[in-house]
Amino acid sequence: MSANGAPAGAAGNGAAGGPGDFRLDVRDLEIRSGRHGPAVVSGVSFAVRPGELLGLVGESGSGKTTVALALLGYTRRGLSVSGGEVCLDGVDLLRLPPGELRQARGAKVSYVPQDPAAALNPALRVGYQLREALRVHPGIGYATEARILGVMREASLDATPDMLRRYPHQLSGGQQQRVGLAMAFACRPSLIVLDEPTTGLDVSTQRHILDTVRSLCRGYGVAAVYVSHDLAVVSELVADVAVMYAGRIVEAGPAAMLFPKPLHPYTRGLLASVPAPESARRLAGIPGQQPSPGHRGPGCAFAPRCDFALDECQVHEPEQVVLAGRTVRCWRVAQVAASVTERPVLAPAATVPPGPPALALRGVSASYGSVPVLSGIDLDVPSQACVAVVGESGSGKTTLARCIIGLHQGWTGEMTFQGARLAQGARHRPKEVLKRIQCVFQNPYTSLNPRKTIGQIVAEPLHRFLGLSGRPQAERVVGALDDVSLGAGFLSRYPDQLSGGERQRVAIARALVVEPDLLVCDEVTSALDVSVQAVIVELLRTVQAQRHLAMIFITHNLALVPSVAQVAVVLRQGAIVEAGPAERVLAHPSSAYTARLMADVPRLAKAAPPP
Amino acid sequence: MQDAADPAQAAPAQPGAERIRRHQWLAVLGQAVRTPRGGTGLGLVSFVVAIAVIGPFVAPHSPDALLTVPFAKPSGSFPFGSDFLGRDVLSRVLGGGWLLLLMAVAATVIGIAVGTAAGVSAAYLRGRTDGLIMRTVDVILAFPQLVFALLLLSILGAKLWLIVLAVGLTHAPAVARVLRSATLDISERDYVKVAELQGMRPAAVMAREILPGLSTPLMVEAGLRLTYSIIVMAGLAFLGFGQAPPAANWGTMINENRAGLALNPWAVIIPAMVIALLTIGTNILTDAIGRVALGVDRRPEEAVLVDDLSPAEGRVA
Repeated sequence: MSANGAPAGAAGNGAAGGPGDFRLDVRDLEIRSGRHGPAVVSGVSFAVRPGELLGLVGESGSGKTTVALALLGYTRRGLSVSGGEVCLDGVDLLRLPPGELRQARGAKVSYVPQDPAAALNPALRVGYQLREALRVHPGIGYATEARILGVMREASLDATPDMLRRYPHQLSGGQQQRVGLAMAFACRPSLIVLDEPTTGLDVSTQRHILDTVRSLCRGYGVAAVYVSHDLAVVSELVADVAVMYAGRIVEAGPAAMLFPKPLHPYTRGLLASVPAPESARRLAGIPGQQPSPGHRGPGCAFAPRCDFALDECQVHEPEQVVLAGRTVRCWRVAQVAASVTERPVLAPAATVPPGPPALALRGVSASYGSVPVLSGIDLDVPSQACVAVVGESGSGKTTLARCIIGLHQGWTGEMTFQGARLAQGARHRPKEVLKRIQCVFQNPYTSLNPRKTIGQIVAEPLHRFLGLSGRPQAERVVGALDDVSLGAGFLSRYPDQLSGGERQRVAIARALVVEPDLLVCDEVTSALDVSVQAVIVELLRTVQAQRHLAMIFITHNLALVPSVAQVAVVLRQGAIVEAGPAERVLAHPSSAYTARLMADVPRLAKAAPPP
Repeated sequence: MQDAADPAQAAPAQPGAERIRRHQWLAVLGQAVRTPRGGTGLGLVSFVVAIAVIGPFVAPHSPDALLTVPFAKPSGSFPFGSDFLGRDVLSRVLGGGWLLLLMAVAATVIGIAVGTAAGVSAAYLRGRTDGLIMRTVDVILAFPQLVFALLLLSILGAKLWLIVLAVGLTHAPAVARVLRSATLDISERDYVKVAELQGMRPAAVMAREILPGLSTPLMVEAGLRLTYSIIVMAGLAFLGFGQAPPAANWGTMINENRAGLALNPWAVIIPAMVIALLTIGTNILTDAIGRVALGVDRRPEEAVLVDDLSPAEGRVA
């Protein structure tokens, strides 16, 4: 056990050398906005042994990246460390003079950022950047050709001179992240901080990167802190977990104990939000929103969203207690432990209602210029069912959506919507057809005009398609907002006052307000936290079932499919690999590709710790 | 405790804040003038504008009256001496600004309007329209601005409205370029796609969905073009394209009085200084606006909150 609340004896050692068996020992870390502003992170303590990984998980805004950066003695602009220590091999990084801190970064503690494409210099060859990582710390490694090739082999990169001569844009996303890993491990650091290094990578690539990380840490006795919002990934990878909420660690302990039986209501909520590819479970999200720094009350920050909360939770900050092999910050931990939560299983709705399909595609091929993206797609969307289109990045799934809604014109073949042929571009389609096919886009941060109120945004299609204005318009807008559980209070707000999940609900309300027959959802949850993703997916599922909509749910996340769709279609390099009832496709895939995708989907470890 | 799902909290806090929210440029401007840089710029601009606007009413003498010997040294009744015809320099400086300013503003408005229309439609409509507009822009940009304006004026004659039009039109290409690249970014946003899918006509999409998002680049451009307008206007006046001779004009004054630089340097220094203060002021203010808009000069706590509230933006593949 090496997480929060390290043994009291260890804490007494101070800066003199730290406990021998911990590589990294963080104590009472507190980071404020400005010198005296509100605390962004407070009371964060954890420790990591050599060769072990600690997972730091939480929703966006929980402070996990802020903590991760503090491990390198770095704070973002406007933040400052106001207390605590970060001891690496017994040396407090936060009190090192700037020169020594610079020496330590890269050599003793290194960082793997989230977006490898942005972290590598696009103008320099890969070989140069790897060599540079070694050259900065001449005492540690020699930047000989052989050494660099060795570093690349460690990260499972092709150790060829040809690879060294390439530029970052000539590598795939996975290879770029391997270069990032190679640079981070090159100087044999004591600690590696990985900040969501596999977000944005395909599942198979992600699996390989995770395997590499695990074996490198083991092999060289490196302690690692793995920051992620993806609990499934973390549960497969790490020995210990610390769950962060609103700048505090609310629960921490060995992964093998914490994941099967979470004791903090927030951890429970997070785990219930994680979709599982095997079962059509109803996803339970966490309602509400995390308070931002400066808006946290005196009591437990999670209390407003908590089912277990009592009045005292709002007033007094919970003490940290050690229970069942972990530390928890919750007043109601005993009640939580006693209660049992079983996620309700959806009634199997695998049978697709009979009748003519709402949308039929025959031999649809599309290209961008001379680059073919889709080839010969045949697809039937039943009039009252949800079809999930699954594929890795570059499989053409978003292009398919754009062809259907009329944003991409370069396609051939035939599309029939409710018996009538669809014109290629939206401009050539009659208004009635535009009204019946509505869509929700991937990124809620760009799909709402920041200069319009929510009321204006939702009213626009009513005005355009139905010519409604005045009272009837206002009533339907409020009705639509109610349907996505936002309510009339949001009418006069602007998108930047809303969280990502709320924005996505507005986008859904905008699509549903004109009562379409077909709803196209393009990766609608990929920009959202898991807890919010669960709420949105559940919302879409109920809406689809209640209104008997035809729906196309496009996603890269196989695990979401059974929770929302009755039919699954797997897309690979622009062609359909497999199609059929969702349960059959996922449980008994007929193609090797689908089987491999299923095998690579990260799953919550149920009982056993990672091997 | 903040809970955004609570509708009770959703009501706008106060009408003033709501107004600023709707007109984002007001918020940016407000923040800009509160930075030291923006405050200085605004101070300089207000000072010169005050001279130009109040000046004619407080001038001690008539700007056109011949009162003393040419190039008289400063004295009690003529604080900055007299010009080449023996007119009071102070009175001419006080009276010679408002028309110059007005013309500069008018030229800026024309330049911004034409340039924005060209840039936004080039970026949004793409294809042949884009090519046609931007190649025209390239051709116009190949001439130096002053030369181009001079060319127009010498062909068509030096009328005041023509000066304004010439200067305004020479601004348009540069404005078009900046606005085109800003529009290229915005027109890829999904809310523009949504508007297209609602069957909105291109002109409406540009006016209602795209234009409101361009307020910050527009402000920066307007400030920059105003600075250039003043410089070009003053330059044209120096070269003889301005108001007819007896009228006072800061640019003309520099030209008229440079012969007597050794006798009464103030007759040149004062108008030159006023022009310099004005252009420096507009420049600094524009710079402050640009910095606030880019987030360079945002107060640290605001920067943090912004980062924390929209963290998912970067995560989208």
